[in-house]
Amino acid sequence: MSTAPIFRLLDVQKAYDVDAKGGSLFSRAKRRLRALDGVRLSLAPGESLAIVGESGSGKTTLLRVLLGLTHPTDGRALFREKDIASLDGVDRDRFCREVAAIYQDARGSLNPRMSVLDLIAEPLDHHKLCTNSDRSDRVAALMSRVGLSPAMMSRYVSALSGGQLRRIAIARALASEPSVLVADEAVSGLDVSTQAQILKLLRDLQREMGLSLLFITHDLGVAAYLCDRIAVMYLGRVVEAGLTREVLKAPAHPYTRALLNASPRFFAPISDPLPGEVPSPIDLPPGCRFAGRCVRAQDDCQKSEPALTPASPTRMFACFHPLAS
Amino acid sequence: MVDIPVDTRLAARRPTRLEGLRALARSNIYFAIASIVVALFILSATFAPLVSPHPPLDQDMAAFMSPPLTENHMLGTDSFGRDLLARTIYGARYALAIGFGAVLIGALGGLIVGVAAGLSGGVTEWALMRFIDALLALPSLIMAIAFISILGQGVDKVILAVGVALIGPFSRTVRADVLQVKAQAFVEAAGLMGVKRLAIIWRHILPNVIFPLAVQATIRVSYAVLVSSGLSFLGIGVAPPTPDWGLMIAEGRSFVSFAPWIAGVPGTALAILLIALSIVGDGVREHFDPKLRKQG
Repeated sequence: MSTAPIFRLLDVQKAYDVDAKGGSLFSRAKRRLRALDGVRLSLAPGESLAIVGESGSGKTTLLRVLLGLTHPTDGRALFREKDIASLDGVDRDRFCREVAAIYQDARGSLNPRMSVLDLIAEPLDHHKLCTNSDRSDRVAALMSRVGLSPAMMSRYVSALSGGQLRRIAIARALASEPSVLVADEAVSGLDVSTQAQILKLLRDLQREMGLSLLFITHDLGVAAYLCDRIAVMYLGRVVEAGLTREVLKAPAHPYTRALLNASPRFFAPISDPLPGEVPSPIDLPPGCRFAGRCVRAQDDCQKSEPALTPASPTRMFACFHPLAS
Repeated sequence: MVDIPVDTRLAARRPTRLEGLRALARSNIYFAIASIVVALFILSATFAPLVSPHPPLDQDMAAFMSPPLTENHMLGTDSFGRDLLARTIYGARYALAIGFGAVLIGALGGLIVGVAAGLSGGVTEWALMRFIDALLALPSLIMAIAFISILGQGVDKVILAVGVALIGPFSRTVRADVLQVKAQAFVEAAGLMGVKRLAIIWRHILPNVIFPLAVQATIRVSYAVLVSSGLSFLGIGVAPPTPDWGLMIAEGRSFVSFAPWIAGVPGTALAILLIALSIVGDGVREHFDPKLRKQG
């Protein structure tokens, strides 16, 4: 297997024009909303990367860029060194087959008028990965792979529980024999025991099949369990990235620290929750975008914006006054 | 590998739609009765020559305007001595043919226009929806009158006129469903998989649109029957001496003070059929509406 990264984002920017107040009847004032602002990431084969951040930090936009559903306004998003936006022909087919998405809303991502058999077999049929005779055998194998009884094959989405639906979504994603799984909050909204089962399933699948995994979550615990590497996003920027173990043990960026503090622990009060909300990404003030909520903010933070700089081969952060490790 | 116990009941076969309707009939007595009534109307209309006691146009010179329960004429005769029961049975043929035929045209037209509008977006959608607004701006009765005045009288023309008048409301609901379905994650997921646009429409969008449309259609059959009877009553639908209910009611109108049965018999048949169709339509909708449907 080559070690060339599967996905590579080079200073990806995604900006939207939004209507602002003011402007005349005929010319509306426009403002730029930067959902992603200079994101640099790469995902190697077999690697698992978690992207964490509060809502509004640009996680989902990042995912949509990776899946080719939105195109970056600046910078380049590459799949196996080719621009995702302009993939065509064989490359496009390869992209469709190798990249499988698992949606946050598993129920909504499965057509309610198709049986489980047809749902899981759809990628098989589409990529012509099996003959008609072994179609149901292949689906049965996939279903038992994700811990579902093949007897459920003839059932419909409306009759299945949330946990079963996630498993079906995973089985369906695996059907096209992908090399990378992209999952958006794939375990949120499940009860803890189901969540644990799905997480364990995902980790086993990732290890056994050598899949790359890009997992979007707001839950640091989930990220720690599932992923080797982590990237923390704030307002469209990666503020800290590195090996999950290192980052969570000794965060360098005050925002990562604050996220860690905000996750509740048994019998302990939540210490120093972040004040306020994520500010609007429209017309950001100059300087560090976290400065307004940062306890360590100093004068220079208001003047210029810190860049994401490597501190060690496995660690990067964007802060002028990092926490000492 | 995760082990989960699989509930064996969950693995059981999913009940088919027909079985579902049967269960509905058992739990809802009105639905059961209404279905039987509609079935009786359809059967007697289909086999009218076998069921009817007399041919619908035969005049009994010995019995003009005889009241119900007279010998030979169970429901009486009209001013020409024609048997009312026979004419009502034959009239059901026209009522049902017009009702179902018009709804078929309306649903098909509505499906095409609605899907096109919902999927196209932009100028095409705008133009199609303004066209539908124009259709909806005219009450269906007025629109049908306009159609018939151009095309001329006759059962086929009535079907066409009422059908076209129904395209408006049908395409509005279809478009709304298409907009809702196409925003669903499974449509996007299919696109990610690389499924072609036409295949997505065929496999993912249409099945999720056709079913609510079919439910809508059952509800609108009674409306189509009502409009067609209204047209005949006004004298612009089916031409006499065709045994049409609306026409029969119009003919009996002049004698209503001393021979109320002439208008009463077809009127009652019309009322019973409309109520039964509405109850069946409501039952089907309640049963299949995904928002009201129970799991399994």
